[in-house]
Amino acid sequence: MAVQALDRVSFDIEQGEFFGLLGPNGAGKTSLISILAGLSRASSGRVLVHGSDVVADYALTRRQLGVVPQELVFDPFFTVREALCIQSGYFGIKHNDDWIDELLSSLGLADKAQANMRQLSGGMKRRVLVAQALVHKPPVIVLDEPTAGVDVELRQTLWQFIAKLNRQGSTVLLTTHYLEEAEALCSRIAMLKQGRMVALASTSDLLQSASSNVLRFKVDSELPAALASQARVTGRIVQFPAHNALEIEQYLAAVRQAGLTAQDVEIRKADLEDVFLEVMSGKVAGAVVPAEVPA
Amino acid sequence: MKGGFEMTGWKALLYKEVLRFWKVGFQTVGAPILTAVLYMLIFGHVLQDQVKVYGSVSYTAFLVPGLVMMSVLQNAFANSSSSLIQSKLMGNLVFLLLTPLSHWHWFVAYVGSSVVRGLAVGAGVFVVTVFFGQPGFVAPVWIVVFAVLAASLLGALGLIAGLWAEKFDQMAVFQNFIIMPMTFLSGVFYSIHSLPPTWQIVSHLNPFFYMIDGFRYGFFGVSDVSPWLSLGIVASALLVTSAVALHLLKIGYKIRH
Repeated sequence: MAVQALDRVSFDIEQGEFFGLLGPNGAGKTSLISILAGLSRASSGRVLVHGSDVVADYALTRRQLGVVPQELVFDPFFTVREALCIQSGYFGIKHNDDWIDELLSSLGLADKAQANMRQLSGGMKRRVLVAQALVHKPPVIVLDEPTAGVDVELRQTLWQFIAKLNRQGSTVLLTTHYLEEAEALCSRIAMLKQGRMVALASTSDLLQSASSNVLRFKVDSELPAALASQARVTGRIVQFPAHNALEIEQYLAAVRQAGLTAQDVEIRKADLEDVFLEVMSGKVAGAVVPAEVPA
Repeated sequence: MKGGFEMTGWKALLYKEVLRFWKVGFQTVGAPILTAVLYMLIFGHVLQDQVKVYGSVSYTAFLVPGLVMMSVLQNAFANSSSSLIQSKLMGNLVFLLLTPLSHWHWFVAYVGSSVVRGLAVGAGVFVVTVFFGQPGFVAPVWIVVFAVLAASLLGALGLIAGLWAEKFDQMAVFQNFIIMPMTFLSGVFYSIHSLPPTWQIVSHLNPFFYMIDGFRYGFFGVSDVSPWLSLGIVASALLVTSAVALHLLKIGYKIRH
């Protein structure tokens, strides 16, 4: 039986926007990007890029798109520069050396230009994937989990470069599981769950929609199940959404009654991860603008 | 490559496909030439005085065009099929799938590179086997026409196989159970007139026979069937195979989901 990867998902991304597409594994993010990029075909509906249909006008729309695939793939026959020159050629671009040099330099690949793809580390291969996606200067950049499993240095290099392109007018569509990256970079965010859109709003509206504060502390042993189900637990760290002082006192009292001691207690502002967890658990706050779903 | 890469569109893909096999030239060009020399040494030595072909033609001279065409066919098929299956399994076909290249561009580039490799290996086999027996060049146009048509046909067939196969095992089935037997049973090593009548009829049903027979006509001016008949059959087979390959590329068969 075929699995329905996406169900009545509909939204627009403004030109020049830095847009985040979030969701747990299997939510349909990569399926959506695959349809946008022409790697998959939707059973119904359509996707437009700058007003052109990605199926009917595929040659036009693919020139507008620069897609960084999620899988770490490479062609083992070629050097980095050869791969980039050939990719330029596919898009009809001759004499692209200046832009290729800029890409190599901006992504920290300048000294690897003549290296064979097989000789590169995973992080370097990821950089080449980004360079290949940008080699034809696409006005729309699609990044499908570009920082999955890569080190801090590459993340910073990549985000500085992508942010610069965004400032220069490029539209960016990003999927990531690193929610702090999405919070820092994206002006608007959509959330998918099991193929359906469950939230679509500006990042600031999403943050305001969540519980305004989070009570955070450490415990030295396991929380009772009833209490743990209300919290975000990461090892010894426990975080409760807290709307007011009474709720904070109630949580701390419950912890004491369970015979536990709360240490390093702090109250912080809710972040995107808190919002994400609330949305995924179905507790969509009022300020979140739900996706426009056709009847 | 720095200094201005000038290939665009299908030419860039053609260049990439030629560069791909050229970078592993020992395996893709050198090895099949060596294999053909071994065939010539063994079959030529053993059968030279046993087999009579076309009256005055020596067996080794007869064998040269057969071995050349066999190499053209097998390598043209191997080029497009192995490139596609490797790209599919390694996932790097995505670099091509994301481009604006049309199914026509893919077809021309993959078949074109197969023709280049087929002809490169064929020329190499000719250069080294011609020392064993010199065939004539009675009708060089036929030689070129049949070499190009046959390489194109097998390149298109390789494209279909590369799209269809989902693992190397399936590709090996295609290569070893279809391409190899049809090549060996097409008259590379013998004239079909030396076969029993039943096998002569069976041979006439094998399109590979017409490629080799027409190609051989270009060298000796004699063949088992008219070169025009061979041309018609090979051209028809190429048209049908190309139409199938183009259709599969257009619908994204097993590459766009």
